[in-house]
Amino acid sequence: MTIQIVALAGFMLLISWLISNTIQNLETLGKGVELWFLFEPSSYDINQKLIDYSSRSTHLRAAFVGLINTLIIAVLGCVTATVMGIAIGILRLSNNWIVAKIMTCWVEIFRNVPVLLWIVFTMAVLIESLPRPATFRGDNPESSLLFWDSVAVTNRGTYLPEPLFGNGLGDIGIFGIFEISLDLVAFLTVLFAGIFVSNMIKKRADKKQQATGHRPLVWPYRIAVVVIPPIILLYILGFYLGKPELKGFNFQGGVYLRNSLIALWIALSFYTSAFIAEIVRAGILAVSKGQTEAAYSLGLRPGLTMNLIILPQALRVIIPPLISQFLNLTKNSSLAISVGYMDITGTLGGITLNQTGRELESILLLMLVFLGISLGISAVMNWYNSTVKIKER
Amino acid sequence: MKIRFLIAAIAAVFVTGSAYSATLDDVMARGNLECGVSTGLVGFASPDAEGEWEGFDVDYCRALAAAIFGDSNAVEFTPVSTKNRFTALAAGEFDILARNTTWTFSRDTDLKQTFLGINFYDGQGFMVRADLGVSSASELDGASVCIQTGTTTELNLADFFRVNGMSYEPVPIEDNAEAKEQFFAQACDAYTTDRSGLASTRAAAENLDDYVVLPEVVSKEPLGPLVRHGDDQWADIGRWVLNALIIAEEKGLTSANVREMASAPTNDPEINRLLGTEGTYADMVGLPNDWAVHMIEQVGNYGEIFERNIGVNTPIGLTRGVNDLWTNGGLIYAPPYR
Repeated sequence: MTIQIVALAGFMLLISWLISNTIQNLETLGKGVELWFLFEPSSYDINQKLIDYSSRSTHLRAAFVGLINTLIIAVLGCVTATVMGIAIGILRLSNNWIVAKIMTCWVEIFRNVPVLLWIVFTMAVLIESLPRPATFRGDNPESSLLFWDSVAVTNRGTYLPEPLFGNGLGDIGIFGIFEISLDLVAFLTVLFAGIFVSNMIKKRADKKQQATGHRPLVWPYRIAVVVIPPIILLYILGFYLGKPELKGFNFQGGVYLRNSLIALWIALSFYTSAFIAEIVRAGILAVSKGQTEAAYSLGLRPGLTMNLIILPQALRVIIPPLISQFLNLTKNSSLAISVGYMDITGTLGGITLNQTGRELESILLLMLVFLGISLGISAVMNWYNSTVKIKER
Repeated sequence: MKIRFLIAAIAAVFVTGSAYSATLDDVMARGNLECGVSTGLVGFASPDAEGEWEGFDVDYCRALAAAIFGDSNAVEFTPVSTKNRFTALAAGEFDILARNTTWTFSRDTDLKQTFLGINFYDGQGFMVRADLGVSSASELDGASVCIQTGTTTELNLADFFRVNGMSYEPVPIEDNAEAKEQFFAQACDAYTTDRSGLASTRAAAENLDDYVVLPEVVSKEPLGPLVRHGDDQWADIGRWVLNALIIAEEKGLTSANVREMASAPTNDPEINRLLGTEGTYADMVGLPNDWAVHMIEQVGNYGEIFERNIGVNTPIGLTRGVNDLWTNGGLIYAPPYR
């Protein structure tokens, strides 16, 4: 006990000495810890920006642009990795020998090669194999747009049709920092209201089934309340799709998914899906076979057995390690600079750090940001975990 | 056990914590010079087929090694990216950075570096495919432009397009090798960096005539070697090695004739002072008396280094231009050695 306290005191001493030493050394060098550089013009451009940004904006804003890009890749990656991981994990347990073996290969290939190599490899494949924008030019072009001339796949990125509104509501500024499209807000409000009403209808049907044993036919109403109001809203707003067109050097218009985003997205989600698949497989195998047999003996078909009996129990085993995988994916997204994707490591931890020479401050801020993101993901997932875990009384 | 480990750890931190001894003494004690160079820019710093480093910046480091040790091979090269070059230099990973680095105010003052002089006057330009039919950078509106992140070129690019009211799509890239891959695969329309770097990249293309460097020079990029603040003697040595290379060209001292010129005092006192046949100038900076003789004999003068690595007879094919001696109408000028 005494020895532990002494060790702890010594350890604290070492840490505080390191910190004071760092600050002192930096001060001797004339580089005290300051954050004023965040409010100076950044002087560099960022290609993928969801909020207004130009080279005259501040370093702080550049960091925000990067943060948003990090969150985009984290969300996209987590969603696809989860969907793929669950599918692969279940298919790996398939009774079909070929399917099971293919999925085993998938898992072993992706989880046994460093993710950085997958990212760089995917980028190289996209750059070298896809057609150049120039090949879309001319009367008899080598390449053409896909899906009724609406999607352009090039070695610079993919251009999708973009939703536009003939009589849109415009944008609204939030604290003067960034702007949100009111059209999007209206659409999401109507959509979620629809989903809410649909859930109410389901609950009423459930109640009626409990009371009378007879379930009224509700699915047409449920679909209708979710789908029809948004369609009416889109019609009122004058919704149409803006198609990408080749103008000058590049395609203009449409939603532009840069190859750096696509490469990073594919590589991160394939890589993480291999780990999630194993977690899912382990979770399913953790549910005893007797559960399946009991379900079958009650007359449930395999699909229903999986959905009603196995997965709810497996989820309790799956969720905790799944959180770690989400955190891993988010942190791995900091490899983005290897393909030139401008995430927060590329802006705050890359160009800003370089142009201002404020290494310590930038890296500390960067660590804080990642800590914040990770704790946020943990909090959400832990809350979800507490809703699915066994309620012991 | 735990405590013993702790004490060892604290002691280790204290030992490694002692910084700021004289760089020259460290270099002498180590027996070789450590020099930070580019990760691979043909003509300036790149390993040849045998893995030996060669190039314009590499030869400056070799000259410095020859001046200190009398042996141009007593130097170890550390390739660094544009991104971590200053951090690595400040952390003492090498003694000197010769990596086509632009001398700017904030790098000199805020980043606490000492620039030793200018060994190459450069400017930022653009390279495009010849079949694009573009003849001027002002026609690049809407183009995708490959750019190395963390360089001054990134800032110049933003300013150039903003001032001219044009839009562009920056394609940020970590190093020159990746830039080549993306540019040659036409993942970007234009590649922008210092014009010397463009010439070097173009030299690596399969067919040189497929690519043109546009006439615009959008910035001043004075490139030179640098050291960290805090050791003026070391900075003086680096500065005067560069100056001596220039004086040598001015005075006609070459690797072929320097040994003969140093055998006896000549009519020109500056040559005598430089080659150590008159006065004790080498002592003032802490170098051996015949340092310049070894240096020029093994590496050559400024002009020889230029022609050997990036001159018109190399694949890079740069003319002297502004990098000619002041006596020939260029900007290369060294203070007198006296």
